Amino acid sequence: MNVPVMLDRRRVLAGGGALIVSFSLGGALAQQPDAPTAPSPPGSLKTSPYLDAWIRIDANGAVEVFTGKAELGQGFKTAFQQIAAEELDIAFESLKVTTADTRLTANEGYTAGSNSMKDSGTAIQNAAAQVRALLVAEAARRLDQPEANLRTENGAVIAPDGKRLSYGELVAADMLHVQAQPNSRLKDPATFKLVGQPILRVDIPAKVTGGAAYVQDMRLPGMVHARVVRPPSYGAQLTECDTAAVEKMPGVVKVVRDGNFLAVAAEKEFSSIKAMNALAATAKWKETASLPKQDDLPNVLTGLPSRDTTIFERSNPAVTAQKTIEATYTRPYQAHGSIGPSCAVAQFVDGEMTVWTHTQGVYPDRQGIAEMLRMPPASVRLIHVEGSGCYGHNGADDAAADAALIARALPGRPVRVQWMREQEHAWEPFGPAMVTKLKASLDGNGKIADWHFEVWSNTHSMRPGGAGSMLAAQHMAQAFAVPAPRPLPLPEGGGDRNAIPIYTFPNARVVHHFIPTMPIRISAMRALGAYHNVFSIESFMDELAGLAEADPVEFRLQHLDDPRGRAVIEKAAQGFGWKKGQKAPQDRGFGFAFARYKNLAAYCAIASEVEVNRETGRARLVRAVAAIDSGQVVNPDGLINQIEGAIVQSMSWTLYESVTFDDVRITSIDWQTYPILRFDAVPDSVEVHIINRPGQPFLGSGETGQGPAAASIANAIANATGRRLRNLPLTRKRIKEAIDA
Amino acid sequence: MMTLKVNGRDHQVEAEADTPLLYVLRDDLKLNAAKFGCGLGQCGACTVIVDGKAVLSCVTPVVLLEGKQVTTLEGLGSVAAPAPIQRAFMEEQAAQCGYCIAGMMMRAQALLQKNSKPTDEQIRAELEPHLCRCGTHMRILRAVHRAARLMDTADASTTADRSAR
Repeated sequence: MNVPVMLDRRRVLAGGGALIVSFSLGGALAQQPDAPTAPSPPGSLKTSPYLDAWIRIDANGAVEVFTGKAELGQGFKTAFQQIAAEELDIAFESLKVTTADTRLTANEGYTAGSNSMKDSGTAIQNAAAQVRALLVAEAARRLDQPEANLRTENGAVIAPDGKRLSYGELVAADMLHVQAQPNSRLKDPATFKLVGQPILRVDIPAKVTGGAAYVQDMRLPGMVHARVVRPPSYGAQLTECDTAAVEKMPGVVKVVRDGNFLAVAAEKEFSSIKAMNALAATAKWKETASLPKQDDLPNVLTGLPSRDTTIFERSNPAVTAQKTIEATYTRPYQAHGSIGPSCAVAQFVDGEMTVWTHTQGVYPDRQGIAEMLRMPPASVRLIHVEGSGCYGHNGADDAAADAALIARALPGRPVRVQWMREQEHAWEPFGPAMVTKLKASLDGNGKIADWHFEVWSNTHSMRPGGAGSMLAAQHMAQAFAVPAPRPLPLPEGGGDRNAIPIYTFPNARVVHHFIPTMPIRISAMRALGAYHNVFSIESFMDELAGLAEADPVEFRLQHLDDPRGRAVIEKAAQGFGWKKGQKAPQDRGFGFAFARYKNLAAYCAIASEVEVNRETGRARLVRAVAAIDSGQVVNPDGLINQIEGAIVQSMSWTLYESVTFDDVRITSIDWQTYPILRFDAVPDSVEVHIINRPGQPFLGSGETGQGPAAASIANAIANATGRRLRNLPLTRKRIKEAIDA
Repeated sequence: MMTLKVNGRDHQVEAEADTPLLYVLRDDLKLNAAKFGCGLGQCGACTVIVDGKAVLSCVTPVVLLEGKQVTTLEGLGSVAAPAPIQRAFMEEQAAQCGYCIAGMMMRAQALLQKNSKPTDEQIRAELEPHLCRCGTHMRILRAVHRAARLMDTADASTTADRSAR
């Protein structure tokens, strides 16, 4: 069989080339013969152009799709399966999606920024369309038929006479090992059968029946359970530890100490926890008081040295200001707070390290672990396995490094490490605290004449890359230094994400004060700076609407040109029953907010109704109505699930959450000291309206709703109480104090 | 060595008396559903049913369970033959990451076993010990309501079957 296959392949490749020329002629290039450089293929095909990096078909017709992104509970594995099956014309069930693995999949960096649909979804869609075209071209050659006469259906190319060649018959070795072309012949969205349908998620059945669904559920032969004894505070030095006594405990396999890194491995999980406790009891640490004053955090932040950049400026001196207001908004450090503490399994065999991890970036994490272990990256393999939801950079990468460091000390044996609750809460890199200062004026017509926005923030990503980002590498004897922080560049931005207003103001200035010093360990948390910047902008828009005596929805529309933005605002207002001059029932308030995530991704508007108990100050979100435009919708129920989650999660951040600390230690170390939403405060209803944009690019959704939800709730509280709260979280105590003031 | 009855079967378990049930289920019996979330009884991810009651397995020493009936999510049904509560969570797509869901389902199951028609307030009150971080609460509530309806229908059909015989 091999020989004819190889012969076929050359002819197919030639055919593929001819086919691609016809694409180009039919595409935009045909009209622009003098285009300066050839455009690159879309999405992550730019960086991983080979079609077989994304789609492989074997001789039996089995189709496997590969993504370098990590399923984190967003459900995109299902969405990718829909996209691939749609463009390939095969049954949804007949293909398998393999996620991030440094040996198998493309390097797509981090699964972050709501970029998975845009990067990987787009790559898979285009790769699938081009693979289908190659298969049709091969069928045309074999059947001696023009391609136009052939159609594809259910994994086969079909001729007008009914003759059927399956993809398995058509595919040849390396046939798909060709570079993607810039343009694909994508299906007409009007003909979609799978894209746009609420297909049931592929991962849920195992999750609701006790199947092995998470890295926490891995059990490899000979596996040991390890626990780490973390220092009690940042920078603490281990001065004394009786490891020998712990090593004699029943079931203990090994104590690993490397500088300030301390861990123990045991045959059984609970033995490892007992040994961890014993080890912690014998360890003596030298701690230093290095943490900032929590009750003066905004001044601490704005007092730190900063690198200042004016990131937006517009001027129209013809417009003159009449009334001016200013306000300062703050956000505390907040925790990702995954329900399952971080976990990883590692195994070191014959000089090769394999780590199963719920990291968001298998390739960058591999680089960090390889550097820490002083091994070549090629000898380290990282395989993504789902964990508990992470919502950004939580302890996942650190746990992966912990497992690798312990596994190196126990060659051959798989090592499973899971953090304890207190460790996740105290050591995860938090969402950074932020301060924004706003000042704006109205003109004589009640429209915004000028707008000044300043934001103070650390970076919003200290993700690996280098070993120095990981706790184990920071704590080992030959320690790696924490890398110098860098601001994330615009247009996506970090601390300045969504700092530039989407509204059109005649005069505007936006300044980003990037603070390199990080008094508390921080990194990426869902929506990054957009959470606080949108909270600030959209709260201040309401303050200005109040000053202008205008309806908040109407006031926003008066300042917004973007038609897709206007459409979601109108949709949310309509779904909510928003009326100009409306009055909420006693002790209730209505609020509205809007943003386009990163000013370049999905649009989201949220109207909310909040109830405030004037005696206790307790606020509860009663109902929320959202409208979302995320471009072409792949799985509407998945999209709704993401937005529902964004609203409810953001409500918890907004009403309850802040990391606490004293001079030395983080003191919010469990769910009692870091309270989050419980069922007594869950809304009565959350409604999500989708505006579908068939054929438009995928815009993602995971981080779209957090900012608007926060501001919508804050605006509703202001509407209910007549008091404006500007410091997150909007706790019962703060609301009560504002009411009583 | 002690005998532990889990999902209707007797298991001989060798565990120190103070070992929380969670580790015996996960480590010795290789069951996945009950999850380690906090080890402090604060989040509910480890919830299982013991003699009809929802119990936090991370803070329940295994020695207290001799002679009692332990049920985990695995004991209710499977992907091929899901129990009503499992069907309901699948049909409502009531999960994002899903890590908290098994615990939620077990408490809901215990509730539905003693109260087949709970009100929304009763469901919310019952689920109070449980945390979900993805914000899937609205769907979880819908799924529990759906499970109640499915169990009601299942009971009715069982009764019908019996009367036909």
